[in-house]
Amino acid sequence: MTHRKVRWHRIVAACAAVTLVAACGTESSDDKDSAGGAGFEAPDLPQLEEIGDGEGEVNILAWPGYVEDGSTDPAVDWVTPFEEATGCQVNVKTFGTSDEAVNLVKTGEYDVVSASGDASLRLIAAGDVEPVNTDLIPNYADVYPFLKDRDWNSVDGQMYGVPHGYGANLLMYRTDVVEPAPTSWSAVFEEDSPYAGKVTAYDSPIYIADAALYLMEHEPDLGIENPYALDEDQLAAAVDLLKQQRELISEYWSDYLKEVQAFTTGDSVIGTTWQVIANVAQGEDVPVEVVLPEEGATGWSDTWMVMTESEHKNCAYLWLNHIISPEANAGVSEYFGEAPSNPKACDLASEGHCETYHAGEEDYAEQIWYWTTPVEQCLDGREDVKCTDYGAWTQAWTEVKG
Amino acid sequence: MTMSPAFKVTLRVLTGLALLVIYVPLLLVVLNSFNASQTFAWPPEDYTLEWWRKAVDSQGAKEAVVTSVQVALIASGISLVLGTMAAMALQRYRFFGRDTVSLLIILPIALPGIVTGIALNNAFRTVFGLDLGFLTIVVAHATFCIVTVFNNVLARLRRMGTNLEEASADLGASTFTTFRLVTFPMMRSALIAGGLLAFALSFDEIIVTTFTAGAQQQTLPIWIFNNLFRPNQAPVVNVVAVVLILLSVIPIWISQKLAGPTDGLAGR
Amino acid sequence: MTSVSEGTPEQVSRHQVSTVLHRRPRLRLGLLIGPPMLWLGVAYLGALGALFITSLWGQNPFTGDVVREWNLDNFRLLFESEVYRTITIRTLGIAALVTVVDIVIAFPVALYMAKVASPRMQRILVIAVLTPLWASYLVKAYAWRIMLSENGVISDLGGLLGLDTPGYGLTATVVTLAYLWLPFMILPIYAGLERLPDSMLEASMDLGAKTGHTLRRVVLPAVFPAVVAGSIFTFSLSLGDYITVKIVGGANQMLGNVVYDNVGAANNLPFAAAVATIPVVIMLVYLAAARRTGALENV
Repeated sequence: MTHRKVRWHRIVAACAAVTLVAACGTESSDDKDSAGGAGFEAPDLPQLEEIGDGEGEVNILAWPGYVEDGSTDPAVDWVTPFEEATGCQVNVKTFGTSDEAVNLVKTGEYDVVSASGDASLRLIAAGDVEPVNTDLIPNYADVYPFLKDRDWNSVDGQMYGVPHGYGANLLMYRTDVVEPAPTSWSAVFEEDSPYAGKVTAYDSPIYIADAALYLMEHEPDLGIENPYALDEDQLAAAVDLLKQQRELISEYWSDYLKEVQAFTTGDSVIGTTWQVIANVAQGEDVPVEVVLPEEGATGWSDTWMVMTESEHKNCAYLWLNHIISPEANAGVSEYFGEAPSNPKACDLASEGHCETYHAGEEDYAEQIWYWTTPVEQCLDGREDVKCTDYGAWTQAWTEVKG
Repeated sequence: MTMSPAFKVTLRVLTGLALLVIYVPLLLVVLNSFNASQTFAWPPEDYTLEWWRKAVDSQGAKEAVVTSVQVALIASGISLVLGTMAAMALQRYRFFGRDTVSLLIILPIALPGIVTGIALNNAFRTVFGLDLGFLTIVVAHATFCIVTVFNNVLARLRRMGTNLEEASADLGASTFTTFRLVTFPMMRSALIAGGLLAFALSFDEIIVTTFTAGAQQQTLPIWIFNNLFRPNQAPVVNVVAVVLILLSVIPIWISQKLAGPTDGLAGR
Repeated sequence: MTSVSEGTPEQVSRHQVSTVLHRRPRLRLGLLIGPPMLWLGVAYLGALGALFITSLWGQNPFTGDVVREWNLDNFRLLFESEVYRTITIRTLGIAALVTVVDIVIAFPVALYMAKVASPRMQRILVIAVLTPLWASYLVKAYAWRIMLSENGVISDLGGLLGLDTPGYGLTATVVTLAYLWLPFMILPIYAGLERLPDSMLEASMDLGAKTGHTLRRVVLPAVFPAVVAGSIFTFSLSLGDYITVKIVGGANQMLGNVVYDNVGAANNLPFAAAVATIPVVIMLVYLAAARRTGALENV
């Protein structure tokens, strides 16, 4: 018995020794000029002044469906023309959530990333991405003006990328079960929802903004001005609402397949969705409709950004220009299911595509609160209080799910 | 074993039921590879060969299979060497820290994949300064595969004893010759069983791989993961799975050939 | 094969090495054990150690960069929030249940394979049990999603037997995980039973013991280490899973999800590392207990 104890002690001691050695080698990145606790200040980084010859390669980090080279479906290919024209060989890695994207960016192995607004500011602040010289990107001039110089893609008028496409997180429902047709998010939030046990919601901390958006309209006393700028009390209120919603939830969804299946089988009958999911479901003859509820909606507007440490910056810029060209932008926005950022894409996309996604409709776009990373410095301009940051949202989200 | 007939029948029925449960989901996968629904809705209303056509055209799937096979082959190769060495050391020698060694070998498989995954990811990137890629996947896989070879070989060595090896040495054979002509042939089927399990483990690993793969490499499980969540692609994944089940005949056939009729996979 | 007096220089030097090795068993041991230990020690223990160190650091919550300041905040948060306790207990429960379900299913199958089936049948059954391992994990999990959905395969076919789907949730998670890991339980038990000499069973029977008695007194104790060995797989694989519970678990989450959400998602490696220490501690305790049964050499 004693003998055995001694042996285990030695194991522990050996582990400790190895641990110490490892510690000496582990690097942290605190030496970087990163945002301090007080808020958000973009590191001073230079932008590219001119484009040289392509480096022969570009490593892209993208949402699934953004970079298609025909390997999934020979008919879907806007990478090969780029490779042929520029000589830049495209390597792509996809990610499932914005947070995963941020994590992958940290590996320093990529040149460009398609970042949603809930990732872009984090990347800018960490110095992972650099300012983009839009003068070097001819197609940038065509992009819808209301997508330029926004909170999630620029700092002090300096663009950090090019807008790719955008869409709203809509409310989808089964027309045969949900009657009358909903006009408000209340059907997914209120305790007395007739669809308890059949509600679905998006599985990410950023979904807290959906609850905040609802409270903005229904609990004006809370004083929420921007669903991404919540002080502690406001966050607590949103969390309470989400905990109440948790009782109604059948499951949270994070990928399109899961949600389409759940609506097909009837495991879920109402909940937040993307337009493309509704399209797939309708294509499968599932009786579903989508609506932009009266409270408005959250949404995304993605930005192609260039990594600071990229070794293929010329190819990266060439890619940025290519992906917002009318041809590629039409292909992507149609394949992925979102509104294109370049109006000229609408001429090339199939009939009705831009109408379905309300491309260019400014009053529609204005009802959307695009995903933005919550930071300590309140995005709504309040200075007397600190807002909750994304870390706090993540903890809160774990708590909501329980 | 002399069991009561009723007991034997019970066992037979239970085994049959278990096999039914094991195979119904697989049959569903086969069925869904022909299901016209993009989200393989149940019950299937229409059937199509479109997904099979798409799978044949899918360059991504083929490349992913090649990557996976390469990773699995190299990883099982490494674990065959390291696992055999460790097993021989542990079986033939009494030394201080033997228990620690066997614990250390089991640890990578006994700790949850996500722990192994984030630990290796962190170590590769910050401690070793490696770029994630083919090499890091292989290292990660070999690490948790060693145990399968180790255990198979250890069990075999324990059973076969050292008499023949001693005789060989007494007859003047060198250490290497003894290993080549005596030890190795006796361990062959154990090596095959261990190697095959290692191959299978590596081939279908997704969690550790998620954290150790870079941009350029996609193993098959990663490809499947990415494609399940892509519009219009999910059903192709079912086709790939069916093909895999069919192809699994190959490694099993090889093992039966190499190990002789009575041994094979069960050759512990 | 190799002649001692004559031979190419290479053969001679090989012979010398061989002689040295033969005379010095310690050297032989060192050469045998060195490379695997170096590999595991550096690549694995080092990585685990670095991870643990990281759990004692903090993170800049906005940029996600690791901040190298020593503190116990992550562990304090872990212990003080009730939600992590709940998740740990839920995860432990699922892992334990999966293991029990797998043992109950695997034992009769393994017993039939090892002691009843003909040698030919044995081979077929081993292959039959192994085949599902080649169909991808994700594909099988999604197949169960369709099985378990409302109006899915289980309610349709099971309806004939009066069965209904439990729906997505914890039960579905246990069922799916038990399905995924079943081969990892059947194989070690089968191997353990196969090693058990028939003569031992016959002796017990000859002494007048009934089948049930023989099972309880002879078979079970003999295969116990194999069962424990299998349970290391099923238990640990369930403990760290985060994908199955997303696919069939309804709104539930497990420890793996918390780790994944914090590292893959929130990019908070220090906190994820702290959470990861929970399954590590659980498994170390489990292994320590398993070691007493001699199961570690049966995995």
